[in-house]
Amino acid sequence: MLKTTPLNAIHRAAGARMVDFGGWDMPVNYGSQIEEHHAVRRSAGVFDVSHMRSVDLEGKGVRDFLRFALANDVAKLQVPGKALYSCLLDESAGVIDDLIAYFFRDDWFRLVVNAGTADGDIDWLHRLNALAGHGVALRSRDDLAMIAVQGPQAREAFWSAFPETRSATEALVPFQAARVGDDIVVARTGYTGEDGFEVSCPAEEVATLWNGVVAAGARPCGLGARDTLRLEAGMNLYGQDMDTGASPFDAGLAWTVDLTSARGFFGRKALEARPRACDFLGLVLEDKGGVLRAHQIVVAERGEGEITSGTFSPTLGVSIALARLPVGTAPGEKVRVQVRDKELAARVVKPPFVRHGKPLI
Amino acid sequence: MILPPELKYTASHEWARLEADGTVSVGITDHAQAQLGDIVFVEPPKVGRQLAAGESVGVVESVKAASDIYAPIAGEVVATNDDLGASPERINADAYGAWMYRLKPADPADLEKLLDSAAYEKASAE
Repeated sequence: MLKTTPLNAIHRAAGARMVDFGGWDMPVNYGSQIEEHHAVRRSAGVFDVSHMRSVDLEGKGVRDFLRFALANDVAKLQVPGKALYSCLLDESAGVIDDLIAYFFRDDWFRLVVNAGTADGDIDWLHRLNALAGHGVALRSRDDLAMIAVQGPQAREAFWSAFPETRSATEALVPFQAARVGDDIVVARTGYTGEDGFEVSCPAEEVATLWNGVVAAGARPCGLGARDTLRLEAGMNLYGQDMDTGASPFDAGLAWTVDLTSARGFFGRKALEARPRACDFLGLVLEDKGGVLRAHQIVVAERGEGEITSGTFSPTLGVSIALARLPVGTAPGEKVRVQVRDKELAARVVKPPFVRHGKPLI
Repeated sequence: MILPPELKYTASHEWARLEADGTVSVGITDHAQAQLGDIVFVEPPKVGRQLAAGESVGVVESVKAASDIYAPIAGEVVATNDDLGASPERINADAYGAWMYRLKPADPADLEKLLDSAAYEKASAE
């Protein structure tokens, strides 16, 4: 039995093609994935991301607990509403999950984690909590739903639908959130490389939000477009681009690990002792003859690598990928990719491929 | 499900149409294109290749996935639809107009062994 979000009936009524996404019945597209992709790059789209889980952490020691639990340092979050992207590491510095941590009050943070890893994350956080002894209370917010409104016109679409939120959210900078009313959080975050908001609210209110932004011009977008958008933006997908077999350094996430202080976060010792296994870089297919996909083998100057995510880029009109390549591989290098029975030429680039509608490669 | 009754079908989601010159045009069904989503690459078999019935002879790739295409009947490839190289999205717009290749059948009677529209509809609904 698949889990459903509160918007399931709305997706079906809109003609969505539904798929099993990690146990959730989710829309993959509402007709054309490519048109949905372009809507987000050029104007505005809206995604149901209610399968993602919010976990509230409360108590006096919550900041110290998260400074121990997360590889990035929540000490950077000093203004209420500020958010931070981080990995959660295991004892060998493998990535248990990637998440966003929001600071609301000195005794209240929220983590937004991936759907497929949420239960495991919560178990893990309970274990760390017992270990650290800060007495933090964890609460899985299964009562919340979430939408992501993304694109250059996304914020205007949201404000036009809900003008009463404008004053509280207009001054938000990227990676900052505001609480609107009791239980609505509007965050200037996303997973597309475009401007926009991610809005969480009580499950029974999410249909009003969805219908409001759609009426204001945001196009309903499925997980298909979400994947091509995030890949163009050079953002990792958990389970594909990293998992417990990879350290953040193997997944291009060194920028999310804060080693500036002596902070003893969980997994740090293992991370510092563990040699980097690969360079995580982008590929652009130069030959015709197929599409780059996960698990294809890459032959580079210094040895073999492997694609972790690949697709056709609707913005660039070529196939692109994220790949684990031999350490020392540099942007600009030409590599060969095994696509079925052919070896196709590709060029190594530093992601992202596209940001704010503009090609960067 | 759009299924022209004059065409023949395979369980692997190809359609085949007998042309006036005795060749057989082959494409993928509307159901197949809908399942694949936006198509971005097509590789039909090369002209001159001898195909065995049921053999994997090419590939169609959407943004989402790659899918093999199979020969519905035995024969020799006599033409490919080169327009699809530059505009593979035509398959999404008109699956039964966007033929991928034409073959000269080894035995035209083989067409009768394929599924008719009703049988294909039943097979693809399962």
